[in-house]
Amino acid sequence: MKKLLNTLYVTTQGAYLRQEGETVVASVERTDVLRLPIHTLAGIVCFGQVACSPPLLGLCGERGVHVSFLSEWGKFLARVTGPVSGNVLLRREQIRRSGDPVATCELARYFVLGKLANSRTVLQRAQRDHGPGTDLTRSVGMISDVVRRVQSAADTDTLRGLEGEAASAYFSAFDSMIRSQKDVFALTTRSRRPPLDPLNALLSFLYTLLAHDCESALEGVGLDPQIGFLHALRPGRPSLALDLMEEFRPILADRVALSLINLNQVNGKGFETTETGAVVMDPDTRKTVLQTWQKKKQETLQHPFLNEKVELGLLPHAQALLLARHLRGDLDAYPPFLLK
Amino acid sequence: MYTEDQLLPLSAVSQYVHCPRRCALIHLEQVWSDNVFTAEGCVLHDKAHSGASESRGDLKILRSLRLRSLRLGITGVADVVELHRIAPSEGGVCIPGIGGTWLPFPVEYKRGAAKDIRCYEVQLCAQALCIEEMLSARIPEGALFLGEKQHRTPVAFDAVLRAETEAVCQAVQNLFAAGVTPPADHNKRCSSCSLMEACLPQSAGYGKSARKWLFRQIEEICPRDDPTVVGGDNPAAVRDRNLS
Ligand code: SF4
Repeated sequence: MKKLLNTLYVTTQGAYLRQEGETVVASVERTDVLRLPIHTLAGIVCFGQVACSPPLLGLCGERGVHVSFLSEWGKFLARVTGPVSGNVLLRREQIRRSGDPVATCELARYFVLGKLANSRTVLQRAQRDHGPGTDLTRSVGMISDVVRRVQSAADTDTLRGLEGEAASAYFSAFDSMIRSQKDVFALTTRSRRPPLDPLNALLSFLYTLLAHDCESALEGVGLDPQIGFLHALRPGRPSLALDLMEEFRPILADRVALSLINLNQVNGKGFETTETGAVVMDPDTRKTVLQTWQKKKQETLQHPFLNEKVELGLLPHAQALLLARHLRGDLDAYPPFLLK
Repeated sequence: MYTEDQLLPLSAVSQYVHCPRRCALIHLEQVWSDNVFTAEGCVLHDKAHSGASESRGDLKILRSLRLRSLRLGITGVADVVELHRIAPSEGGVCIPGIGGTWLPFPVEYKRGAAKDIRCYEVQLCAQALCIEEMLSARIPEGALFLGEKQHRTPVAFDAVLRAETEAVCQAVQNLFAAGVTPPADHNKRCSSCSLMEACLPQSAGYGKSARKWLFRQIEEICPRDDPTVVGGDNPAAVRDRNLS
């Protein structure tokens, strides 16, 4: 597998990034605070009032370093990419399949299977670690049942319905996995636009980080992140990135959220409720989350299909590669990443 | 006869001999890792690509000569072509802009270990065939300079090598026309191949089924006789669907 490169997360308000030769230099109030060689970076994510010089953006485009701009609270705003490159035949095949209902359903099935299997594994691990809770046991059973029906579902809409069914079974057991600070981080319902409680704020933030990595990974292998299968096409929506992300949500984002809460690394004081009821994280909490996320990405595990040791941070890339290989006809199916 | 539009790069020809999948990955899929061109060893000859010509009496050295063959459908650059002055009766041909008659003698410099000589020989022969077509010449021989010590190995463009080269050119044309990457034939070459990571030779090779793998895994994760499975649709659950 290729080398895991860093993502530079810039959260300091008023920071300015510029290019100096082959180096990215960050300054705050005209003082340089950071220098990183461009070849050590896979992406740059800017939160809030962070500016990048045009030459730096050009360099990033040229080197395939993805630059995303998010609001201070982690809402996605825009991204900058270089010229379209890569394999036009692959993209044509991607478009062809997205227009074919049978092929779309087949691909959507792979993504849903990956997501469901991994959700189930996360619940089951919690069950193993903490003893069976009624909620966990019931949800594990419900998801198994949905997996069964996913295997024979005849169209993509049915798959979307099944995925929703499993998601609500999964989230109904989510509370049982929260072992600490239950008063603050109870999950009542998933809310994301905007998140209305601390847990939703935390999850949404992690999902945004994951989406950035999935989008970059897809572009890196020459796929168009907008043309998806499970997620319907909608202008401006990175459907394929959302498809790819599904199998990672439970095992990357959700588990990071759970460990932050259960190890008391975040707490209720780090969240503020705005006038509209939306809940946002304070800068220190965001920093903690980003650090934990970065650390998580450096953990390694054995990739079950590739039979290779892979850093978690490279999973989106590895899976994007397998997806491209499937679309190009090398593999007879897309094998989602399955945590065991 | 091919049209100019159909000409394919000469480099693809030697890559094809090395590994057809590698040729497809580079030229059809346009995936490459950063070190591909350096690893290729074909491109980086400092002096050979300087473009300057030299002349020493009966020997002229042309560098970076643009070549093409409409018959084979290839185009590219020859690093070095030596011209040996010989009489027309011995096969010497006129070269535009140079007086006298000459025998062209293509030369390729390959640094690094000379592992896969055949692909270099085919490449050199393809160059010779281009020159023959462009100058109406007959070129019996060329040379490879291999390895660190630039050891000289003569290459005779005999009937066998010519036939093989023509067959490879045809195969490359077919590959480009079909636009389908051949499966990986996982072999010794892979370990030194700079495209390993994009190629995934073990998992994208002959015979491995991702579909079978996936459904076996799913069966393991959620066994069919799982006692925890509760049957039936749950309309309330569908209604609650609110995952981002
Ligand atoms: S890894 Fe092996 S099969 Fe793949 S391109 Fe390289 S040599 Fe060919």
